Amino acid sequence: MSIWPEERLSHADTEGFHTVDMTINVGPQHPATHGVFRMVLTVDGELVTACEPYIGYLHRGLEKLSEINDYRQAMAFWDRTDYLAGLLCEQAYCMAVEKLADIEVPERAEYIRVMLSELSRINSHFMFLGAFGADVGSFGTSFTYAWRERERIYDLLEEVAGDRMFPTYYRPGGVAMDLPENFEKRCREVLGHIFQGIDDLDGLLTGNEIFVERCRALSPLTTERAINLGVTGPVLRSTGLAWDLRKAEPYSIYPQVKFDIPVGLRGDVFDRYMVRLAEMYQSARIVEQCLEQIPGGHFLNPKLPRNLRIDDAEAYVRIEGTKGEYGVHAVAKGGNRPYRMKLRSPSFCNLSALSEMVVGHYVADAIIILGSLDIVLGEVDK
Amino acid sequence: MNGASPLPFGDVFFGWSWLDAIIRIVIVVLIMTVVVVYLTYGERKVVARIQQRLGPNRVGPWGLLQGFADAIKLLIKEDIRPRAADRWVFEFAPFLTFIPVLMVLAALPFARDWGVRNVTLGLLFVNAALGLNIVGIMMAGLGSGNKYALLGGVRAAAQMISYEIPLVISIICVAMVAGTLDLNAIAILQEDRPFLLLQPLAFVIFFTAMLSELHRAPFDIPVAESEIVGGYFVEYSGIRWSMFQLTEYASLWAFSIFGSVVFLGGWEFPMGSDWGWGWQLFLTFVKSLAWIIAVMWVRTTVPRLRIDQLMSFCWKVLLPMSLVQLLMNGFILVYDWPQELLTLTSGIGAAALVGFILYRTARHPSVAHLVGAYKRAGAQAQ
Repeated sequence: MSIWPEERLSHADTEGFHTVDMTINVGPQHPATHGVFRMVLTVDGELVTACEPYIGYLHRGLEKLSEINDYRQAMAFWDRTDYLAGLLCEQAYCMAVEKLADIEVPERAEYIRVMLSELSRINSHFMFLGAFGADVGSFGTSFTYAWRERERIYDLLEEVAGDRMFPTYYRPGGVAMDLPENFEKRCREVLGHIFQGIDDLDGLLTGNEIFVERCRALSPLTTERAINLGVTGPVLRSTGLAWDLRKAEPYSIYPQVKFDIPVGLRGDVFDRYMVRLAEMYQSARIVEQCLEQIPGGHFLNPKLPRNLRIDDAEAYVRIEGTKGEYGVHAVAKGGNRPYRMKLRSPSFCNLSALSEMVVGHYVADAIIILGSLDIVLGEVDK
Repeated sequence: MNGASPLPFGDVFFGWSWLDAIIRIVIVVLIMTVVVVYLTYGERKVVARIQQRLGPNRVGPWGLLQGFADAIKLLIKEDIRPRAADRWVFEFAPFLTFIPVLMVLAALPFARDWGVRNVTLGLLFVNAALGLNIVGIMMAGLGSGNKYALLGGVRAAAQMISYEIPLVISIICVAMVAGTLDLNAIAILQEDRPFLLLQPLAFVIFFTAMLSELHRAPFDIPVAESEIVGGYFVEYSGIRWSMFQLTEYASLWAFSIFGSVVFLGGWEFPMGSDWGWGWQLFLTFVKSLAWIIAVMWVRTTVPRLRIDQLMSFCWKVLLPMSLVQLLMNGFILVYDWPQELLTLTSGIGAAALVGFILYRTARHPSVAHLVGAYKRAGAQAQ
């Protein structure tokens, strides 16, 4: 995997010169760690010989908070996990509670959820493109380009739910309120801008030889290794395996919309980038179909109990989050709060592949390999 | 510096040439200070424009006094020296970085026969002085007692020493055509056409190598913000940090004037000698401004190279190409072939170099294929 012969990685202990490897502390305050993440790189010159990630700087006790709060109160914590696409996390949480309590969700609510969740996915992937471009070194231009489109999506979310990043808009059994009247018009407008924004970023990054050369053939991951490491999401799909829970284990209304699963060829950093770029088109495609197909009716199940009390039950729900398989394991043992809420966070599992992936590469590449995993620290540290 | 000077203070000091020299130095340093202040402002404005932002707009009209506000802030900030730093090396490094740039400014012609000193071997002197920069940078990297700084210093050393070679060879090519090392004489020789037309290949090589010498993107590896957070000046603060900033912009300015004298005709082309010193100063101003904006433009759009790619681009592409240019010039000048042949051969070389890079950009079939396929998949839904 390394581009250097193996012996170059060991200590050069010749002719009385004794050299030791240097450790570099990257983070917790470092522009490339996308939050408060720390990795200790052991370097031999510019080459990384070992990498030790340290996490937990953003631990807020999500699971415990969910266990000591009411089913409906606890939801506000969940969009703080993957805070770039909060609605997807809300969706997983709501689905888990619905499965525990056997709550029906009206079809209109499912459509609203899928639409907004896919918009959040686009939002999160824009964030990836912008931040990844900055990691590779395009001096913030990709960042501001991505930010422009994200603002449009956030504005739309604000119009729908009243909040930009943490809408707390879904409810077990539906969504909090109906869509505004002009939603379809506004959404199509935003989608038009999104297509333009993807093209702009595509031209800025993929159209650049230096960017492609930096990412191509860098730290390739095979499908088997990715599965063994527990990697999911775009990183797994970039290795060539079309594993997307929206198709593999369809939930919500995904069986009723047409979309493709983009897969990579080699599983390198460039493929991870391309898979995400392509997924944005597919997500926009799903939103467009939802706009056409959305039925009328209730947006919230009218037969919901006033106080949600769930007797002995256990449920595991997993959805395709922006970073991979976002799983919620919920256990109820009576009362109005869960006995246990466990988050299987995709960023955390993907991050476990990091130490293996960066060894043998340059320090500069370690940064963009970390960037290509697209972790969100709120999700890693829970 | 005898004889008629175009500026009003040429010989008014009755042969007291030292007084004349001191006044010239003071003028150039004052102009440099103002230019650097407005270059920082200008860079922020240009970058903001490209990134769809406003840039500084609060201090004074259109933010014009921003640079002075920053300068005052930097002057009154605490000057921190880390305990791990090597005291004298650390404290002298900023000055040793800055002095070579001042030396260069002493030899640059801003208008006909007007500089601090009209050095007969100006071309050689400017190149030699610009290369001295590296001493201060190495000292800063080694003396800071910081691993990021060390990496930055070592990267800077490797990069600047490598790129010095194609830079100097491209300059030698021009010197061969001009037959002189005197910058004023070189400018006068470009009365009819700038040397850019005779030596396009040397120009391309010079511009690329200059970006590297200035640590500008895509060669900002020693200061890579997203990797080693500023590189060799990471531990500096206050006035010493601003010395590095001053060096960066002053050397950008010096390089832009030097480059426009050597390749774009400096103060001479067009009609410099005929229309007087006002026009000459205007030409110098416009050409250096265009040069600087080109550098800033590249910075905002191009990602960063990796250190091995940087090295291989220098040794495998730029150096052979500059040697080819040298050889072609030699043949044409020794056998006294017509000058059009210079344009032709060098033009073919430049086209080959630029074409090679464009070919590499377009050569990834998988990129075009993937992007095209993904786009089509998205477009069907539209």
